[in-house]
Amino acid sequence: MEHHHVEHKLPFWRKYIFSTDHKVIGIQYGITALFFLLFGFCLMMLMRWQLAYPGEPLPYIGKWFGETRMPGGIMLPEFYNQLGAMHGTIMVFLGVVPLAVGAFGNFVVPLQIGAPDMAFPKLNMASYWVYFIGGVIMLASFFVPGGAAGSGWTSYPPLADIALGSAALTHWATLGEYFSKVVLSGQTLWIIGMVFLITSSLLGSVNFIVTIFQLRAPGLTFMRLPFFVWAQLVTSFLLLLAFPPLEGAGILQLMDRLAGTSFFLPSGLVVSGQQLAVSGGGNALLWQHLFWFLAHPEVYVLILPAMGIVTEIIANNIRKPIWGYKSMVYAVIFLGFMSFIVWAHHMYLTNMGTVISAFFQTTTMIISVPSIVILTCLFISLWGGSIRFNTPMLFALAFLPMFGIGGLTGLPLGLATPDIHLHDTYYVIGHFHYVVAPGTIFALFAGIYYWFPKVTGRKMNEVLGQLHFWPSLVCMNVVFMPMFIQGMAGVSRRLYDGGASYAHAEPVLYLNNVMSIAAWIMGVVQIFFIVNIIWSMFAGKKITSDNPWDATTLEWDTPSPPGHGNFTKPIEAYRGPYEYSVPGAKKDFTPQSQKEVI
Amino acid sequence: MSSELIPYTIEERPDTGLYNAKFGIWLFLASEVMLFGSLISSYIILRTGSVSWPVGSTILNVPMATFNTMILISSSISIVFAWASLKENNLKKFRMFMFLTILAGVAFLGIKGYEYSIKFHHHLFPSTSTFLGIYFTMTGAHALHLIGGVIVNTYMLLTSGTKFKESPQRFTNRIEVAGLYWHFVDLVWIFLFPLLYLS
Repeated sequence: MEHHHVEHKLPFWRKYIFSTDHKVIGIQYGITALFFLLFGFCLMMLMRWQLAYPGEPLPYIGKWFGETRMPGGIMLPEFYNQLGAMHGTIMVFLGVVPLAVGAFGNFVVPLQIGAPDMAFPKLNMASYWVYFIGGVIMLASFFVPGGAAGSGWTSYPPLADIALGSAALTHWATLGEYFSKVVLSGQTLWIIGMVFLITSSLLGSVNFIVTIFQLRAPGLTFMRLPFFVWAQLVTSFLLLLAFPPLEGAGILQLMDRLAGTSFFLPSGLVVSGQQLAVSGGGNALLWQHLFWFLAHPEVYVLILPAMGIVTEIIANNIRKPIWGYKSMVYAVIFLGFMSFIVWAHHMYLTNMGTVISAFFQTTTMIISVPSIVILTCLFISLWGGSIRFNTPMLFALAFLPMFGIGGLTGLPLGLATPDIHLHDTYYVIGHFHYVVAPGTIFALFAGIYYWFPKVTGRKMNEVLGQLHFWPSLVCMNVVFMPMFIQGMAGVSRRLYDGGASYAHAEPVLYLNNVMSIAAWIMGVVQIFFIVNIIWSMFAGKKITSDNPWDATTLEWDTPSPPGHGNFTKPIEAYRGPYEYSVPGAKKDFTPQSQKEVI
Repeated sequence: MSSELIPYTIEERPDTGLYNAKFGIWLFLASEVMLFGSLISSYIILRTGSVSWPVGSTILNVPMATFNTMILISSSISIVFAWASLKENNLKKFRMFMFLTILAGVAFLGIKGYEYSIKFHHHLFPSTSTFLGIYFTMTGAHALHLIGGVIVNTYMLLTSGTKFKESPQRFTNRIEVAGLYWHFVDLVWIFLFPLLYLS
């Protein structure tokens, strides 16, 4: 294609800042999301101090947080709540999803389908910047009077509705006062930030779906798509259709907080001994339904791209085809559909009734089947492979049992009866962190190590990679495994003192120290990863071929890094995605773009 | 521009039968269905859970809304004519019909604003009752969508001279996409009108 000269003419700010190139946008997403992951993790490391040593001043850095948050270095309960709510929000909406979908999806999907760019490059740019603004609003909310949102990442009303700055409970006379007291309150900014993030993912998901349907290279039929692309396609549909109801819910809560409506406030609600002066007649449960209608599909938004990444890396490193590729594709489509009708399994303890609970526990048991199909296919694929144990493969392999633990511990939560005991305990925290932290985040690390050569033309360091992997794997388990024990002992997930004031938590209280120390060690070993990324970018081993892993999918047919327009020659796919060790072939991999088996 | 690289921006891809933007707008509208669907579901849940719910026509102005409904339906017809005129290569006719469409949108918003001001004048605010709350929220969200549509249509009208000359096919496609959005916003009102005013 003759357009290569175009990129040189663009000024710096068009090429690297307001770029419309999917690769630059992918990298922008990646860097921003990694920053937010680190930031969200830091919030958690602060909380772990309070949980391990409740009421003791945090040495050295405690005084930096000021009198309104940590007077004398001792964390206030309000600040603890803010850290908890914002840790969840930031990790999910600003960290993992933008990294899994925004960064990997943007960079890899067009390359894997043989496209020159995304279908709507300007929309793609807008998607990133809207996300960026949403992130800035979330960060800024820490600095408004009263601090950030503190009603949990789920923002359940009535608590979130009447949190500091609600129009119905705040005295204001002028518009300026209204702005500074009502609009600039943590919870209101949380909703406004969410609206930006929802808009961003809406723009992104439209773009992904159109790109995958419209811009596939000739010969790349749907059953020849790499599993990663399938995962991104289903993910995009989930984002497209599940996020708007949260936007609707956000609008309603925003009205409650800004205009004094009572969509989520029932009649006769008493706050601080006084009946609330609102019209009433609202329904607090309505928020939960709307929220979980998004947030359950969101769980699959977190996990599907991870499964996609892991499939690519496992196929590449076992040097044989993925076992049951087609079943995996059907499973992921089925999973996408089912994820829309399981949401109320988060709500068994509300008064929605046993009949509805029975329905949702049935669908919940059904949805575990496709996840197991995918995981089983990946496990069986390992059988008889001559496995290469490089850093990306280690992370990908660790994903399998870690996600397995996360998935299996979810079954008791999906059944209404055991959920009565386990609901809102540390067991729940352990369960979903196993899915997302050593599950998804490990897969994302694997993806970074795997595609780094494509992005930079250099490999990441293996030794630093192993130093990053092994301690992280151990620490992850030491952090999250004890949560199951604490949860089964009945320790609630939202306690400011980690259960110290409850007699029934006494026997499992020592685990708080264990978990906290493991979390801090894990924080320290991430330095290996940060050093590795920065060092390898400038001084890593240069790759000698554009296909350093001897892979089969189309992204390895581009230069490393790919230039504007990606492919230097017209690209066509002649075969399925994972044709490794084809009988009769001399090489042990046969790329999709290769016409004959040689 | 990088968009020159990208296939199917103007012509249709044979196996999907769509050009990119048309596919995109249908997906966007699907998500809009979910947005207004969630608001309408909330309306139903709030209404069925309430002790007393007013009959809309006792509070809201039905004649004005009926008139508004007719305006909006006419504008949906006129934007189709605008698109058809481009197909006939008649830019002048397109401009007339597009102008009428925009005019209808502005008229709707004007009447809606007048309705709002009467409510405020009578001290009927979103916080007065859940019915008024959901009325203002749903019609407000709809009005914002309409404002977006008016802005897009105005942009199309103002740039039609140069853009149509540049690529008639591409500009016609753009009007088709804008028209699909406009029909959707129209359709939302067709749901809101009976839900809020007539029942």
